[in-house]
Amino acid sequence: MARKLNLRIWRGDSTDGGLQNVQVEANEGEVVLDVIHRVQATQMGDLAVRWNCKAGKCGSCSMEINGKPRLACMIQVASFGDNETITVTPLRAFPIIKDLVTDVSFNYKKAMEIPAYAHPDGLAPGDARMEQVDVERSQEFRKCIECFLCQDVCHVVRDHEENKKSFAGPRFFIRIAELDMHPLDMLKNRKKTAQEEHGLGMCNITKCCTEVCPEHIRITDNAIIPMKERVVDIKYDPLRWLGSKIGKREGIV
Amino acid sequence: MSELERYSYDVLVIGAGGAGLRAAVEAREAGLRVAIICKSLFGKAHTVMAEGGAAASMGNVNENDSWMVHFRDTMRGGKFLNHYRMAELHAKEAPDRIWELETWGALFDRTKEGKISQRNFGGHEYPRLAHVGDRTGLELIRTMQQKIVALQQKDGKQYKSMDSNIKVFAELTITDILKEGGKVSGAYGYWRESGSEVLFEAPTVIIATGGVGKTFKVTSNSWEGTGDGHALALKAGAKLVDMEFLQFHPTGMVWPPSVRGILVTESVRGEGGVLTNTKGERFMFKYIPEVFKDIYADNEAEADRWYEDQDNNRRPPELLPRDEVARAINSEVKAGRGSEHGGVFLDVSKRLSAEVIKKRLPSMWHQFYELAGVDITKEPMEVGPTCHYVMGGVEVDPDTAAAIGIPGLFAAGEVAGGMHGSNRLGGNSLTDLLVFGRRAGIGAAHFVKNNGANPVSERAIKAAAEKIQAPFDRTGGENSYTLHAELQEVAQNLVGIIRTANELQDAIAKIEDIRARSANVSVSGGRKFNPGFHLAFDLDNMLLVAESTAKSAIAREESRGGHTRDDFPGMNSKWRQINHISSFDGRQVNIRAQALPPLPKELFDLFDVHELEKYMTPEEITKGGSN
Repeated sequence: MARKLNLRIWRGDSTDGGLQNVQVEANEGEVVLDVIHRVQATQMGDLAVRWNCKAGKCGSCSMEINGKPRLACMIQVASFGDNETITVTPLRAFPIIKDLVTDVSFNYKKAMEIPAYAHPDGLAPGDARMEQVDVERSQEFRKCIECFLCQDVCHVVRDHEENKKSFAGPRFFIRIAELDMHPLDMLKNRKKTAQEEHGLGMCNITKCCTEVCPEHIRITDNAIIPMKERVVDIKYDPLRWLGSKIGKREGIV
Repeated sequence: MSELERYSYDVLVIGAGGAGLRAAVEAREAGLRVAIICKSLFGKAHTVMAEGGAAASMGNVNENDSWMVHFRDTMRGGKFLNHYRMAELHAKEAPDRIWELETWGALFDRTKEGKISQRNFGGHEYPRLAHVGDRTGLELIRTMQQKIVALQQKDGKQYKSMDSNIKVFAELTITDILKEGGKVSGAYGYWRESGSEVLFEAPTVIIATGGVGKTFKVTSNSWEGTGDGHALALKAGAKLVDMEFLQFHPTGMVWPPSVRGILVTESVRGEGGVLTNTKGERFMFKYIPEVFKDIYADNEAEADRWYEDQDNNRRPPELLPRDEVARAINSEVKAGRGSEHGGVFLDVSKRLSAEVIKKRLPSMWHQFYELAGVDITKEPMEVGPTCHYVMGGVEVDPDTAAAIGIPGLFAAGEVAGGMHGSNRLGGNSLTDLLVFGRRAGIGAAHFVKNNGANPVSERAIKAAAEKIQAPFDRTGGENSYTLHAELQEVAQNLVGIIRTANELQDAIAKIEDIRARSANVSVSGGRKFNPGFHLAFDLDNMLLVAESTAKSAIAREESRGGHTRDDFPGMNSKWRQINHISSFDGRQVNIRAQALPPLPKELFDLFDVHELEKYMTPEEITKGGSN
């Protein structure tokens, strides 16, 4: 059942690199990561690739397969035509370290900029009571496995390195939305800081992030759009505006 | 050569899974400066793979639950070889550790009253597992990852730099724990990205590196489970306890071959999934062992009623402890009643609606649909045993998690031994790492207060550096991938789920041979992100672990929990009193027997004496506890 598969793998580092053709055996049921591992074990011992669980749960083996951001452990070789060459390249939005491995530290820096969860003072451990329906809204976003495919595909940063400074990206918009919708979180103005500090306004809702999410999180519809709507509501509601100016009410909560 | 990169901390935590992160939080909150080392990216540790839940007797679903019931279940699951004190601390502290996560932002599934929901699991008398669908481990990791960020933000406000006092070193491998004057002085390793070397000076090191599954061919473990901490501890002079006990999770995927071993959560059975063979027979009723006959149903009608009424019916035998279920599946397949691909069938589609399955077991649905083309809401899964967890590990003091014999060294989580005895119950791992991760953090904090810095000598640095360079200087040696595959074959076939003296003897000889050849491994390419080079070090660790397991296994002439001897099929009360201690003399692993600490009277009295008679010698029963 084994067949020969033509693979094109990007090899190189930050200074130089290019696609290399290899032929490798593929067995029934194998995913792209399996054949990359076979290349590594038999032909290119130093081929760099990240992976951990090989079950779509850790989000490590993110790469671009035929130009699309994908988890290599979840893409079946059989999903390509028998004579099709599969091209694997590193994530384009992040600096290359080596071969299929990129420097994703941008995401960890952004994670540190999102204010942490704020537990209510005086609510002792074990005393919290929440309805299942209320926790489910945030739980959808907590399914995120941090594969950063959404960050990679987002054209706000994919083609515009200069935007990275002021744009946190879809992964962190769902983090903010998750905290904003958390039944217990006490920190106010999360939507306001999403808009003013994390670049929510730069997103023009093309839904590319939602399409690539391997966890099928509805990033645009359930996190980004609701936050944008609330921001707009509050910003352009004359009463709310007036309220915020005379100090009776906060602007965006 | 450029100057060596050096750091100085109070505590070095090796491993960024649940235990490591919980230890780091505790140590930082005690005022210490903490470095966290992860072999992969931050937040990718194997804890994310834990699916079913975290066991804690909160009593939210059945108020009869208490720490005593949880303690009893844990001891039964481990066939009474557990270190009683670890099982006791775990059962007592688990609820607080879960509730604490909620104050850090975790969102568990809820009961109707709005409390944390709890689900049934193998070996647990009451619904006990706090969970988030079937991705509980991810919730734990993310919550603690975000708690670390919260601590960093707090430090940022106070000290201007967010990572001044707690810093994550991602994609870094530790190759040596360093000692001076018999005490821990730090650790040495390399950045995976660049291959360049790093020295950490720290008077305390907490090992939290998880398991050893990658020693085996069929495993649920990720590439990281290479027994690094077990081997680092051995090489540093610490001891491992009971390394013969490995848990083969009964339900791993078996088809297609590329996914063989990937975990199918026990929650499938907890939610009502049943196991059948190719004859359509629900075979688990045949495999209820004598010691469990009182609590498991021996007929389908009663087992089915249990899902509705747990007070008046015995539990279905699909929910026996994992070792029993794994052996049963193994026997069915051996008897020719297995599926086409060498497994059995697990079906949840007949009990639950498609909607409920997708809600309670979302990642299982996803996993089978995308990787195997199976829709679990309509058809059964094909499953079989997969190497999942090592019960054996670093011998520690239960209260402080301090490694016995090496001042400054601590171990918590899967890498520590004793807590689970000969077999771990599902759900006890996630609370184990919280309870003992925290205790290790406290233990390290006490140690630092009472002991000053312990500078690393130039001699130690030189030796550690030479070791890392060695595979690059050799030429013509074997490739680490080939040797790894060979080791996995040996472990799988000769040290696996069913063992015999002859096969174990064969395994010991083969492991020795692979070890000798591994000393000549040479690496192609440079130091920069070179997986062949990385594997050379991981391989060395796996070889030590496999040797320790095979030698402990040949010494234990009985069958108990995660150690089944075809030539010694029964459980023997005399062997229950014995722990196997592994040590390393620089050349080979040596095993010696050591007495298991006996149950003190107050814990002895928690059990019906007739139950204890099934496990203990008449002398132990007469004595009735150690005090």
